[in-house]
Amino acid sequence: MSAAVKQQGAADAADTERRLNMIEAINEALDIMLARDPDVIVMGEDVGYFGGVFRCTAGLQEKHGKTRVFDTPISECGIIGVAVGMGAYGLRPVPEIQFADYIYPGLDQLISEAARLRYRSACDYIAPLTVRSPFGGGIFGGQTHSQSPEAIFTHVSGIKTVIPSTPHDAKGLLISAIEDNDPVIFFEPKRIYNGPFSGYYDKPVEPWKRHKDSAVPEGYYRIPLGKARIVREGEAMTVLAYGTMVHVAEAVCRAKGIDAEIIDLRTLVPLDIEAIEASVRKTGRCMIVHEATRTSGFGAELSALVTERCFFHLEAPVERVTGFDTPYPHSLEWAYFPGPVRIGEAIDKLLKD
Amino acid sequence: MADRPEKPARGGHNKPALALHVPEPKFRPGDAVDFSHLEIPQAGLLARPDETAHPSQIGDFAHSLIRVLGDDNKAHGAWDPKLDPETLRAMLGHMALVRAFDERMFRGQRQGKTSFYMKCTGEEATSVAAAMALASDDMVFPSYRQQGILIVRGYPIVDMINQIYSNKADKLKGRQLPIMYSSREHSFFSISGNLATQCPQAVGWAMASAIKGDTRIAATWLGEGSTAEGDFHSACTFATVYNAPVILNVINNQWAISSFSGFAGAERTTFAARALGYGMAGLRVDGNDALAVYAAMQWAANRARANAGPTLIEHFTYRAEGHSTSDDPAGYRSAHEREEWPLGDPIMRLKRHLIELGEWDLERQAAMDLDCAERVKAATKEAEKNGILGHGMHHPFHTMFEDVFEELPWHLKEQAAQAIRERKVKWPGSLEE
Repeated sequence: MSAAVKQQGAADAADTERRLNMIEAINEALDIMLARDPDVIVMGEDVGYFGGVFRCTAGLQEKHGKTRVFDTPISECGIIGVAVGMGAYGLRPVPEIQFADYIYPGLDQLISEAARLRYRSACDYIAPLTVRSPFGGGIFGGQTHSQSPEAIFTHVSGIKTVIPSTPHDAKGLLISAIEDNDPVIFFEPKRIYNGPFSGYYDKPVEPWKRHKDSAVPEGYYRIPLGKARIVREGEAMTVLAYGTMVHVAEAVCRAKGIDAEIIDLRTLVPLDIEAIEASVRKTGRCMIVHEATRTSGFGAELSALVTERCFFHLEAPVERVTGFDTPYPHSLEWAYFPGPVRIGEAIDKLLKD
Repeated sequence: MADRPEKPARGGHNKPALALHVPEPKFRPGDAVDFSHLEIPQAGLLARPDETAHPSQIGDFAHSLIRVLGDDNKAHGAWDPKLDPETLRAMLGHMALVRAFDERMFRGQRQGKTSFYMKCTGEEATSVAAAMALASDDMVFPSYRQQGILIVRGYPIVDMINQIYSNKADKLKGRQLPIMYSSREHSFFSISGNLATQCPQAVGWAMASAIKGDTRIAATWLGEGSTAEGDFHSACTFATVYNAPVILNVINNQWAISSFSGFAGAERTTFAARALGYGMAGLRVDGNDALAVYAAMQWAANRARANAGPTLIEHFTYRAEGHSTSDDPAGYRSAHEREEWPLGDPIMRLKRHLIELGEWDLERQAAMDLDCAERVKAATKEAEKNGILGHGMHHPFHTMFEDVFEELPWHLKEQAAQAIRERKVKWPGSLEE
């Protein structure tokens, strides 16, 4: 039996009619944590009075005050740097980086400072920050508003990387991330802020309210970090995905009538290796889907782990479906995006014998 | 000074060829040294403005030099902090201990007891006098040459040596390069080897203190070379935007390894003047004058405590020795600089002042020096019982994998098991776990 939490969202759906999109779910998690813990601080570019360019912090400054929720200078190095200092004081900062593409000026503070502080000071100081940032493409954001840099962080010892794919999970995972005593990168797939995405970009957008996992319980709840979610049980193959690509992979499998077992990883580090191993041993085939560039992407790590640990259960080579190793092109966004055609081809290859 | 190419890259026009300026220090190895170009105002000349003054009213302080101790060894002017003789003797004692400690640790590195060491010779006042002007629970975010703060705050020197030796008693479990101390108990932040990262962190700590309505302030130190880092400018921006109760100390010791201060912009303006563009108070102080350092720090601390804002202090000093044990300054600067340095030595100057006051004499000085050397020697012997670097007496193996995260994840458990397996092959006689 896998340690993964099965269909948690669906179970809760029966209890409530309340439906939230991802933005509302994130806003609610922040609101709850600001109310529960006086040490929680929310800050970032445009997050205060205005409520954030994606509205994730709307109303929070008015409710919790200007010293709890505030705007910052346009300086990602400064935002992360002061958050590390606030953490050393004893606060629990939740900085927002407006787009994941903007996070690079803050990398030294994240990689050399936040991620290493507990270790280098032998627990004298910790950096309990949660860095929220919208990531991924599919919104015509061009190369500076579309990137998926998660592998940069999974490569760094001392940082946890969390990526939700539903409103239900976004709220519970964000609460866990804020309460976690280690630095957490919390990437929010902005393509699915307002509705799940099938990958068929020319079809009308589905709102979240028709999706079972938009049922979000009121109040405080946690989804543990390091636990994957089995989106759909199946026998034909295992699909490992996170963020937007969970929905795209699910839609493609449905359209092709594939009895796939789809695993939403939710946390990349620490990874739920038990859930992955159990599923691949059962199905004997594995497809990994992510939007990020291919070379040294997180899919490479997943492929290596599956091969090392499940080799004698595999009936076909592991398939990786990824973005191309190019910058994210503006006009050719849908040529770049690892959508139904690329995923379909990989499925066919994986199942051909 | 301009370095022009021999012929322009493109012909066919009558515009002047552009020229790149690459800074060059005044003196290189073997050169005679003449520091007469440095403007050194007489001690005691400057007024002491109100601590809540608007930065625009005190811009001159960023270009002048606050000095208290004169050539006559007396304290002069409005910046004289008027410390009692006991405090002055304590200040002298702390600086003397730092110097004795540096001497011994440098020698220890040469004897192979550790991998690395950094002295602060000539700069002792910038950490000792500065720390004495703060409350002991004010939070400090030092760079790597502020061992004087730990000495002032009473951190046991045997623990400093344990850290330098990375031995089994090292409080940082042998994880950090020597001298990268950390002590939460002494409100001393973990030192980073990456430069200037501590600056926005200090500002963030100060912001947190203000958010919580605390009374403690923060102070940080960095070298003039690393003011070129973006972190420093982010820190200045955040400090002024939020009026954070923080003090930014720029230790201008003229040299960043082999690069003179010109590569951080010193040919154009002072480092204290960086404050002015941010609308921050900026003070420039004789960093070899312990009384001036104390006074400037006290002014800035009072300002921060009064919610009157952050201060940038440039401590104008000289790095009398190499950057570290891995550096030989004979390769890039004139050996005469140290002896010609017009601001003298901070320990000598304070000693002469105390003697001038009739509160000190050469006999007591000799006894103090002997005592410092003995204390360091005794602490060194004590620390060596816990091992020196590379001789097996380190922290247990499994500590390598601890504290990466609060809890050990599966992948680190697997890697720890690998390390234990390897140990049995590499060191078959090893008994420790």
